[in-house]
Amino acid sequence: MPVVLWTDALVFAVAAALVGYVLYASRHEHLAAPWRRVAHSASGVSAAVVLVFFVGAGLLDSLHFRPRIESGDRKSAVYSVYSVEVRSLLDVLLAELRTRNEKTYSAPLALRSYQRESLELPDGRTVREYPRLRFGGAHLKDESDRRYDLGVRGLRAVGLASLAWALATALLVGVAARGSGRAQTDRWDSVWRGETDVPWRAILATLALMLLVLFPAFSLSTHYHVLGTDKVGQDVLYLAMKGIRTALVIGALTTLVLLPLGVLLGISAGYFRGWVDDVIQYVYTTLNSIPGVLLIAAAVLLMQVYIETHPDLFPTQAQRADLRLLFLCIILGLTEWTGLARLLRGESLKLRELEYVQAARAFGVPSLRIITRHILPNVMHIVLITAVMGFSGLVLAEAVLSYVGVGVDPSMNSFGLMINAARLEMARDPMVWWSLAAAFVFMFVLVLAANLFADAVRDAFDPRTHVGLRLGRFLKGRPA
Amino acid sequence: MTAYIVRRILYAIPILIGVNLLTFALFFVLNTPDDMARLALGVKRVTPDAIERWKAEQGYDKPLLWNAAAEGTSKATDTVFWQKSVRLFALDFGRSQDKRDIGREIRTRMWPSVAIALPTFVIGLAVTVTIALLMAFFRATYLDFWGVVTCVAMMSISTLFYIIGGQYVVSKLWNLVPISGYAEGVDAFKFLLLPVAIGVVSGIGAGARLYRTLFLDEINKDYVRTARSKGLAETVVLFKHVLKNALIPILTGVVVVIPTLFLGSLLMESFFGIPGLGSYTIEAIDAQDFSVVRVMVFVGSLLYIVGLLLTDISYTLVDPRVRFE
Repeated sequence: MPVVLWTDALVFAVAAALVGYVLYASRHEHLAAPWRRVAHSASGVSAAVVLVFFVGAGLLDSLHFRPRIESGDRKSAVYSVYSVEVRSLLDVLLAELRTRNEKTYSAPLALRSYQRESLELPDGRTVREYPRLRFGGAHLKDESDRRYDLGVRGLRAVGLASLAWALATALLVGVAARGSGRAQTDRWDSVWRGETDVPWRAILATLALMLLVLFPAFSLSTHYHVLGTDKVGQDVLYLAMKGIRTALVIGALTTLVLLPLGVLLGISAGYFRGWVDDVIQYVYTTLNSIPGVLLIAAAVLLMQVYIETHPDLFPTQAQRADLRLLFLCIILGLTEWTGLARLLRGESLKLRELEYVQAARAFGVPSLRIITRHILPNVMHIVLITAVMGFSGLVLAEAVLSYVGVGVDPSMNSFGLMINAARLEMARDPMVWWSLAAAFVFMFVLVLAANLFADAVRDAFDPRTHVGLRLGRFLKGRPA
Repeated sequence: MTAYIVRRILYAIPILIGVNLLTFALFFVLNTPDDMARLALGVKRVTPDAIERWKAEQGYDKPLLWNAAAEGTSKATDTVFWQKSVRLFALDFGRSQDKRDIGREIRTRMWPSVAIALPTFVIGLAVTVTIALLMAFFRATYLDFWGVVTCVAMMSISTLFYIIGGQYVVSKLWNLVPISGYAEGVDAFKFLLLPVAIGVVSGIGAGARLYRTLFLDEINKDYVRTARSKGLAETVVLFKHVLKNALIPILTGVVVVIPTLFLGSLLMESFFGIPGLGSYTIEAIDAQDFSVVRVMVFVGSLLYIVGLLLTDISYTLVDPRVRFE
């Protein structure tokens, strides 16, 4: 039985809007040109490749359903009983990771538990030792085979990854060569030497790196816990994969909330001036003057009160957690729109004095039409840059808010909650480091990719600032 | 000048009133005192009596805005709005849920917050500006390129990791400073060393990259070209002319945060067990103590508005072109 959570619907709405934008932009030269510049930036496209993997995982994790646990008679459909637990497509794909839970902590790729347990020997004596894991490496008869087994499986996965990469490369270069009308071998040479307009070499290198990490990780994960297990024995790789969706939802939905607010209020303030400007400026100065974390904390506390006093509104745990996530995005959006509004206000103040806007006004074009036809298209690059740049900040903010205790619902998986739990694990002796390391790696890669992509977008859309990472340009501008 | 400052102060008043009304609406209208009582006493099996008693204890048993039953001026003053919100303007912060004087807590906890936030701010600014200047000096070289790469990587790491990693390496592995805690006077030094260092390092990435672009903007201006064409050495151009001019936007940009240094840092203080205002706020959020959170919202915005005021004044001081309008 499919379940559409609020955030799922909105995530797919955002995805559809993005696809729509891409189609629209590709038909309009003034939008397509800057995007081509993004596509020509090596760091930008490499980051985009990484982001595609994250977004893919996030979207898979946004298709929810309730599995059927039993159905009696085929004839009576009523008989089907659905589990109260909500699962996602990603859960199904990672079923092996999700279900094969150990008792407690175990180190990455370990065979034995991380904690001693009293075991009863066949002859009745009890000893305290590290018991074998129920699933991690359970197929091994002899523990000394572990290294060999890991090596064989790892190599096989690397081989598969290389094969997949070679296929993808052949396909991409082949398609690109056909487009350019040049011979295959020629094309290969220029890709290899990094002479193509679109930096295919960088794209293929990133792809190779991702495949070389992902293939071994997931092929080993069927027989081992690649990133270890947490306190209650859940696979850390699985938890981290689930955290991706939370991070993406926070980034995407908050942007969805703040964009209309910022655009509408910012442009109105700049275009109409007078009392409209005064009121809007007053509102955003007031909102800005409240320390962000405190305002969010206050709003989240109040939301908690509301949820706890109205338990009947939230039938399942997943729905409750989901609504809390949605509220968090709305609250973040309500506090974060002020920066965009201020930028747009300044820009609209400038634009409204330009001749073509004056001319439109002299012809009697109504204000609404002037704004939508003349102002809005000319500030869209600011909106786009702000949205892209804000994304990574929101992913980082989620971690801090969850740590403070005003973030996502504790029943969800998020990087912030993983870090929060890891704090206590760090104090253990010997230390449990793998949850923290997993959260670190996942977050770092996601945020770094988002930052690099945002830089490429900013460079392409706002030619005044040069913040991107293009060594070629750096060295060309070098003083003699 | 005086008239200008007075006008700015007058302009700040409606903003403070706005903050006050907003927090009042958030805390008392969207969620009634009854809801708060139920949350504080546990949601299930709460008798109406217990709720009334809790509200009376906390002073929430009055009407919200208008007390029709009272006499004279106390029609307006004997209300939740007057007692809990309006009195904040007189810096009368009332009591927390466990009957402590919030004003006194703030006055004592302010100083540890300043002790950690002020050095972090000053050293952090000096370090990031220096690094940015170096990158601008070596612009368009591999040093600059990898500097920017490092900055982007550093700003992609959550502050939480800086703190956890720093605590683990410096305190646990190397045993150099205590993991957490605080002491008065000179002893505070060893407790403050690590949080300040982590605060500085975690800010380098974003800060140095931003200031680098500010310096590069400045370097392309006409007066710099003139200075070069006069035959001045690159170091003189950079450290004398560019630095001075680029420092104006940098310094006026950071003035706004100076008053908020009193609020301390939520993360640093809670990780390092420093009894400042940041950890006070976190404790209040954990304990769902609305009166403390409300007061902290008010104090925070008050300090921010003071910061805006100082920014305006500093603009007029450093740049004579800004007129007092």
